[in-house]
Amino acid sequence: MKADVLVIGAGAVGTAITRELTKYRLNVICVDKREDVGGDCSKSNSAIIHTGYDAKPGTLESELVVSANPQYDKLTKDLDIPFKRIGAILPAITDEQFAQLPEIKEKALKNRVYDVEYLSKEKILEIEPNINPDVKGGLFIPRESIIDAFIYVVAMAENAVANGAKFMLNTEVTGIRKEGDRVVGAETTNGYIEADYIVNAAGLFCDDIANMVGKYDYTVVPRKGQFYILDKNTGCKVNHIVLPIPTKVTKGKLMTPTIHGNMLVGPTAEDLEDKFDKSTNTEGLNSIRDDVQKLIPGVMLQDTITQFSGLRANRNPEGLNIDVYDDVKHYVNLSGVRSTGLTNSVSIGSYVANLLKDIGLKMEFKDNFIEKRKGIVCMRELSREEQHKKIIENPLYGNIVCRCESVTEGEIVDAIHSPIPATSVDAIKRRLRAGMGRCQGGFCGPKVIEILARELKVDPKDIRKNNSKSYMVCGKVK
Amino acid sequence: MYKMNCDVCIVGGGPAGLSAAVAAKKSGAENVLIVERDEALGGILQQCIHPGFGLKLFKEELTGPEYYGRFVDEAKELGVNTLLNSMVLEVGANTVTCINSELGVCEISAKSIVLSMGCRERTRANIMIPGTRPAGVYTAGTAQRLINRQNEMVGKKVVILGSGDIGMIMARRMTLEGAKVEAVVEIMDFLAGLTRNRVQCLDDFGIPLLLSHTIVNIKGNDRVESVVIAEVDENKKPIMSTAREIECDTVLLSVGLIPENELTSNAKIEISPITKGPKVNQYMQTSIESVFACGNVVHVNDLVDNVSTESKKAGESAAAYAAGTLHTSGAVTVETGENVRYVCPQTVVPADEKVDLYFRVMKPQKNVVITVSDGDNVLLSRKAIKVNPGEMEKVTVSVKDISSLKVSVKEA
Repeated sequence: MKADVLVIGAGAVGTAITRELTKYRLNVICVDKREDVGGDCSKSNSAIIHTGYDAKPGTLESELVVSANPQYDKLTKDLDIPFKRIGAILPAITDEQFAQLPEIKEKALKNRVYDVEYLSKEKILEIEPNINPDVKGGLFIPRESIIDAFIYVVAMAENAVANGAKFMLNTEVTGIRKEGDRVVGAETTNGYIEADYIVNAAGLFCDDIANMVGKYDYTVVPRKGQFYILDKNTGCKVNHIVLPIPTKVTKGKLMTPTIHGNMLVGPTAEDLEDKFDKSTNTEGLNSIRDDVQKLIPGVMLQDTITQFSGLRANRNPEGLNIDVYDDVKHYVNLSGVRSTGLTNSVSIGSYVANLLKDIGLKMEFKDNFIEKRKGIVCMRELSREEQHKKIIENPLYGNIVCRCESVTEGEIVDAIHSPIPATSVDAIKRRLRAGMGRCQGGFCGPKVIEILARELKVDPKDIRKNNSKSYMVCGKVK
Repeated sequence: MYKMNCDVCIVGGGPAGLSAAVAAKKSGAENVLIVERDEALGGILQQCIHPGFGLKLFKEELTGPEYYGRFVDEAKELGVNTLLNSMVLEVGANTVTCINSELGVCEISAKSIVLSMGCRERTRANIMIPGTRPAGVYTAGTAQRLINRQNEMVGKKVVILGSGDIGMIMARRMTLEGAKVEAVVEIMDFLAGLTRNRVQCLDDFGIPLLLSHTIVNIKGNDRVESVVIAEVDENKKPIMSTAREIECDTVLLSVGLIPENELTSNAKIEISPITKGPKVNQYMQTSIESVFACGNVVHVNDLVDNVSTESKKAGESAAAYAAGTLHTSGAVTVETGENVRYVCPQTVVPADEKVDLYFRVMKPQKNVVITVSDGDNVLLSRKAIKVNPGEMEKVTVSVKDISSLKVSVKEA
C-alpha cells in the first residue's frame, strides 16, 4: 500500500485534513483504529461551533477558531450537515459576574470577534425565559452555533472518498518507519503503508504516535467531560446556547439545545491519566446539576435519556500545537487539539495542507474537486406526500425500525452501503439516530442487529456495538 | 396518500388491542380495523413463551402465544380487519395516519379510536447508573426478544437489576439457556413483581435476590466486565462501605415500564402524571370523547388477564360511541385516599351500573381494610391480608347517583 500522504486518525481533524488534501492531485490514505470515522473526542462533545470569543488572543488556537466559524455556512450546505446558528447567551447572575462582562467583551474584540452584544436583564428573560430571574444582564454571541458532530465527520469523510481519498478503518498504527531523518511509512495492523508524508492527527493518542518517531516533548492529559442528554419533551428548555461566565478555574457547564431538539447539559472538566476512562460518575453528574441549576433553576435532569462522557485531548505543556521537525522530516504532528477542535478542524485542514507544501509536498490543484455531498434521506423530515412517494419507490422506507426517532429500514440499509459504510450498531446510531431516542435502542436494537447481519452477510454474533470486543450477542440459544 | 375508512380503528394489536377489537365487533361495530407495527399480532406476548397467562380469565395456564392466539382466532372468525407492518405516526379525534411499506402513507378515518400501544421499558439512563457504556447492557424485554424471537443468546454471566416480573422471568430463561445469573438486585426492600414469580423463577433455581441493593457502577470498555453493587440505606442511597464487584458480561434491567404515549400527548389527550397514561372514565374514554384507551398504555398492569378485561370495556364503549349510543357527562374524579397511589379509571360517570376500580398501593401493608366511599357514605369495605405495590388491587362498586368517589387502604 502506498500513499503520498498518510493521515493517522479519522476524527474531525484527521478527516478535515484528508478532505482538504483531496483538492490536490494526491493519493491520500486516512487510517483509524476504530471501526468508524468520528474518533473519540469528535463524537462526544457539546457539538458547538465556537466563534473563538474567549480564546487566548494571539494564539494559533484563536487564529484557527476565528477563521473557521464563518466557513460553516457554506460547508454545511455543501455537505448536507445539520447546522444552526442559534447564538449563545452568557447571563451574569451575580454582581461579580456582571462586573466581568466588559472584560469578556474586550477579549472577544482582541480575538476579532466583533459582533458580541450586551443584553439587558429584560431582553435575556424575554428571549430565554428559563434563565435564573436574578440575572443582572449578559452578553450575546450571535455566531456560536450547533452542528450534528457525527454527521459532520461522516460527511467530510464521504466527500473525501468521493474525491479519491481512501479510509482504512480497524487499522491501528503500531510503528513508524524512518529512513535517515525522514519518515517513509507506517506499520499497521492491516499491513505496511508506504507514505511520502505522514500527518499525526491521532487526538488522544497523538503522543503515542509522536513517541514512534522519537518525539517525547509532550504528553496527552485527557480531560473528561460528562454530559446529560434530556428528552425532547422535557418541560424546561432553552433556545440558545446558555454559557456560564467562566471562572479562573473552569469554563463551566452549559445548557444548549442539540441540533435534533434534545437538551444537552454539561460538561464537567476532570483531568485523567487513563485515555480509555469514559465512565460517568455520580459526583460528576451531581456537579452538573448543582452548577446548571444556578443558570437554569428549572432544569429537569430527571428527563435524561442518557448520560455520557467525552475526553478532550489536552496536553502537557498546554496549547494547540502543529509542529514540523528538522530531525523528523516529511512529518506533521498535531497535539493539544481540545474543546475547540471540532470548530477548528476545517481551518486545521487548510493550515496543514499549507504546511505540507512548505515542507516540500508537491501540490497541484485538481480542477474536478466535488464540493457537494448528499446525505441519506431523512424520512421523518419529509412531508407526508414525499414520504408516500419514497415508500412507493422503495418499500423499505415504509418500515420504521426505530420508533422514538422514526428511522426506517431503508435508511439503515442506505447507511450500511454508504461510502463510509456503517458496520456497527453505534455507527448506525450516529448516522441515523436509531437508538438515540428515549428508549435508547430497547425496541430497535435487536432489529438493527438483524439488519446489519443480513446486509453484511455475517452471523449476528459478529455484529459489534463499536469496537472489536463489543459483541452484542454470543451465539444461538440451545 | 392511501385513504381508508372504518368504524373503530385500534392502534396496536397486542393483547389490549385484540381484546378491544373482538369486543367492538361483538358489540355491533361493522368495520373494525387493527393497525399494528409488527409483522404479526400479539404484541409483547409473542416473546413471552413462558406459561402463567390466563389463570384468571380462562382458568387455565397458557403461554403468551397460546393466550393471544385465542383472541387472534376469535378476531379472525368475527372478521376484524388488520393492517400489519404499519406504524402510526399521528392520531386525531377521527383520523389515524400510519406508514406501511406496501401502501405508503395511509390516512384512516374512524368514527372512534382505541389506543392500545402498550408500554416501554425504563432504561439504564432513566435511573442514571454511572459507569462506562459497553455492549451487554440490555433491558430485560430486549434480551427476551433477542432470545425468544431471534434465537440469539445475549450473554453468559448475568446480573439483573430490578425484581420486576420480566426481570425474574428472564433470570429463569437465561439459566435454562445455560447462563449463570449471579444475582437479582432490587433497590427497594420489597419485591417489585409477583410473589409467584419469585418462587418459580428465582427460588426454584437458587438465584439470589438481594433486596435493598443496587448497581452503583458498570465497568468494561467494549463489553460489560463487571458491576459494582452496594446496599442502600432507607433513603435509597448506596452505602459505599458495602460495595462489592461482581464479574459478569451482561446486565439486564427490569426497572419499570412506562406507558408509551407519544401519540396520545401529540393528540393533546390529557395524561395522568402518576400513571403516565391517558386519564380515562369507566368506559375507557379519554379527554377526546371519540378516543378510547386500554391496557398498558393507560397504566402498567401486572396480569394480562386484567388487560383483556379492561380492553373489552374499551372495545364495547368505542363501538357504542361509533353507533352514537354512548353518552357520558357529569363525571366525578376518583380521589386517592390513604396508601393509594392511583386509581384507574381516574373519573367515573354516575350511572346505574357496577364499575371496576383498579388501584395500586404506595407501600406494602398487612391486615388492611379497603374502603370506597362517596363522602360519608361507604359504598364498599373489604378486608385484605396484605397489599403490595407490585400487585394491582380491584374493587367493584355500584356508582348510581354518586357525587364523589374515594378509595383508601387503612390498617384494620
